[in-house]
Amino acid sequence: MDFEDTQEEAEFRAEASTWLKANGVPKQSDQTLAVRRGDPSIVPLAKEWQRKKYDGGFAGIALPKEYGGRGGTRLQQVIFSQEESKFAVPPNIFSISHGMAVPTLLTYATEAQKQQYVQATLKGDEIWCQLFSEPGAGSDLAGLRTRSERDGDDWVINGQKIWTSGAHYADRAILVTRSDPTAVKHKGLTYFFLDMKTPGIDVRPIRQISGYSGFNEVFLTDVRIPDSQRLGEVGEGWQVAITTLMNERVASGDRPPPNFEEIFALAQQLDTEDGPAIEDKAVRDRLAKWYVQTRGLELIRMRSMTAMSRGERPGPENSIGKLVASFKRQEIALFGMDLMDMGGVMQDPSSTPMSALFQNAYLESPGSRIAAGTDETLRNILAERVLNLPRDVRVDKDIPFNEMRAGTVRSGD
Amino acid sequence: MNFEFSDDQRQLRDHARRFLDDNASARVARNILDNADLSYDEELWRSIAELGWTGAIIPEEFGGAGMIREDLCVIAEELGRSLAPTPFASSVYLATEALLLAGSEDQKADYLPRLAGGEIIGCLAMAEGIGIPGPSTITATYRDGLVSGVKKPVLDGDVADFAVVLAKAADAGDESLSLVLVDLNGAGLQRKKVETVDPTRSHGEIAFDGAPGQLLGGAGQGWALAEKIIDHAAIYIAFEQVGGAQASLDMAVDYAQNRFAFGRAIGSFQAIKHKLVDMYVDVELARANAYYGAWAISNDAPDLSVAAAAARVAASEAFNHASRENIQTHGGMGFTWEFDCHLYYRRAKLLSLTLGSERRWTDRLVTTLEQRNVA
Repeated sequence: MDFEDTQEEAEFRAEASTWLKANGVPKQSDQTLAVRRGDPSIVPLAKEWQRKKYDGGFAGIALPKEYGGRGGTRLQQVIFSQEESKFAVPPNIFSISHGMAVPTLLTYATEAQKQQYVQATLKGDEIWCQLFSEPGAGSDLAGLRTRSERDGDDWVINGQKIWTSGAHYADRAILVTRSDPTAVKHKGLTYFFLDMKTPGIDVRPIRQISGYSGFNEVFLTDVRIPDSQRLGEVGEGWQVAITTLMNERVASGDRPPPNFEEIFALAQQLDTEDGPAIEDKAVRDRLAKWYVQTRGLELIRMRSMTAMSRGERPGPENSIGKLVASFKRQEIALFGMDLMDMGGVMQDPSSTPMSALFQNAYLESPGSRIAAGTDETLRNILAERVLNLPRDVRVDKDIPFNEMRAGTVRSGD
Repeated sequence: MNFEFSDDQRQLRDHARRFLDDNASARVARNILDNADLSYDEELWRSIAELGWTGAIIPEEFGGAGMIREDLCVIAEELGRSLAPTPFASSVYLATEALLLAGSEDQKADYLPRLAGGEIIGCLAMAEGIGIPGPSTITATYRDGLVSGVKKPVLDGDVADFAVVLAKAADAGDESLSLVLVDLNGAGLQRKKVETVDPTRSHGEIAFDGAPGQLLGGAGQGWALAEKIIDHAAIYIAFEQVGGAQASLDMAVDYAQNRFAFGRAIGSFQAIKHKLVDMYVDVELARANAYYGAWAISNDAPDLSVAAAAARVAASEAFNHASRENIQTHGGMGFTWEFDCHLYYRRAKLLSLTLGSERRWTDRLVTTLEQRNVA
């Protein structure tokens, strides 16, 4: 066992660090997020930073050189992200583009398409979004009903997507549709990519309980897509979607603050009636539990890095990270506010510790336990793929899709 | 970065697992549980000594195998998985570490070769009944070379040949604690077996009444040394806990895959699936913290105390959780004497108390973090 970098890893880390120091601004310890992922004003900044990384040779580190990547390893990508997180960089609005769209294009697109689209997004010119979830198809994604119908060389798309991160500033999208409603659920799907400026696309931001709008509803009305923009065979869209989704969990990684570090600092700052909060046994008990979770996840990531350094792909066990971290963040937010007592209700950044970090997280964290795989879905994945428990009984297996119930259906409807 | 045991260590683990599967099945633990006269399995203990595990971390010059502490962690995980009823924890994690960390050259030469060969068993005598043993509560004394006071429960105190006793040393000129080596087969003491929740790790009560002893480490250094010894032991025990937790999880998963109700395997119900995943997540978090502890203890890392406390807090939680929910998953059969679930349930609580309670360790973890941040 060795917790130090190997010589090669250390060299790459040093190279990354040198470049970041020359091109980035180091993060201050008390700094909180000034801009958020959903705020369109960050787009030019994020594109500019992506372009810098591309020019410096740090875009698409694990992607092939012929498409604009560095041709390096996944481990190097992780090392670069670790170093990058020490700098005040714009939120990574390219995670869906590079973590999900690009791997899917590289697997299913034509050579000319790969040349055209992969490099463009690595350069920061184009942002992709993912038109997957629907009002009636969330965790049960294969229940989607947005229709695609063949018309000459084109396909005509009609339906509604929802929870699309970044659709309001995205240039292109990946899309799963139902091309055959008479086939069984997983068989009648077909996968495409398209330009978000195609006529018939209407994007409406969704206001979340935090007040911010990172997600959108996307209405598709007679949207025409050429058949050349189909990825995979007709009716094989589910297989293509799996390729995309296998990359989602790897792309999701760390949760934003507050984490152990912030709640520990808060407990040191605040007083209770009996002295500093950190001296309260009940507070210490919670802190200790959050430390072992935080440290445990950090170490589990190191273990995946070890596996990656041997060329292995990260497996479903990586779902542990999101499952534990998003719930912990919500608990930390609740407890941090509790430590502030009556004052904890205030969300005004100027009169609340750490610029209302805990209050903001209180309102944001329910979303992180749902987006990109709910706690329950992640538990099913771990149960079935890691513990080899039997799949749940399926009542939707051999029925044609158009005879099956999906979405919200009340008796009497 | 290499967060895995080496090939040699993996071989050691496979070998240990095979040996314990053959020689320390649940039947061996049950034999101790069912016979109040027995404290441990003597044959198993002799075989473990012959394999060199008792001398694993003892340097070759003292008759040991001279392995690194990481190797002992590998063995500990397998011992925890198998529930092996032996005085290994007392003799190796506590008494041997006490001599390695605090013993004079003469003391090492006297004790370590016999510990390595499993000829003698050592133990750590710390607790004095209900409550937290510490500088303000320990009443045992060491005066004019003699130890007096009652220690209970002492892990393997009923069978050990010597004890490392934590006592107030008036000789030091103050009332601070010292470690004292006492021959338990000699004069000036009486001992008896204590009934506990897990008889497969036996405990004794030792009443010292002027038992001759010699200082281990400096007079007045006892508490600081005990903390260091216990930090080391906490990491080995964390591996036993991870082994036991994994075994409990494996039992529960196996049962859920093969037990049918309402026409389907109970493991297909999300109520069971999600319960098992929560156990799995705790085991993985504990394993990760324990692995770092193994590295920290072998490299004498500056954050060893943080690593030890984190490993212990995570492992106690994981084993208690997994052993409890393993019974729940088994339903009615889970709380019968016949099924093995209770063996792990007993061991889990015993191990989470044996070096001090969970609440004491969560407090200690935060203390070590505060100290680390100041440093």
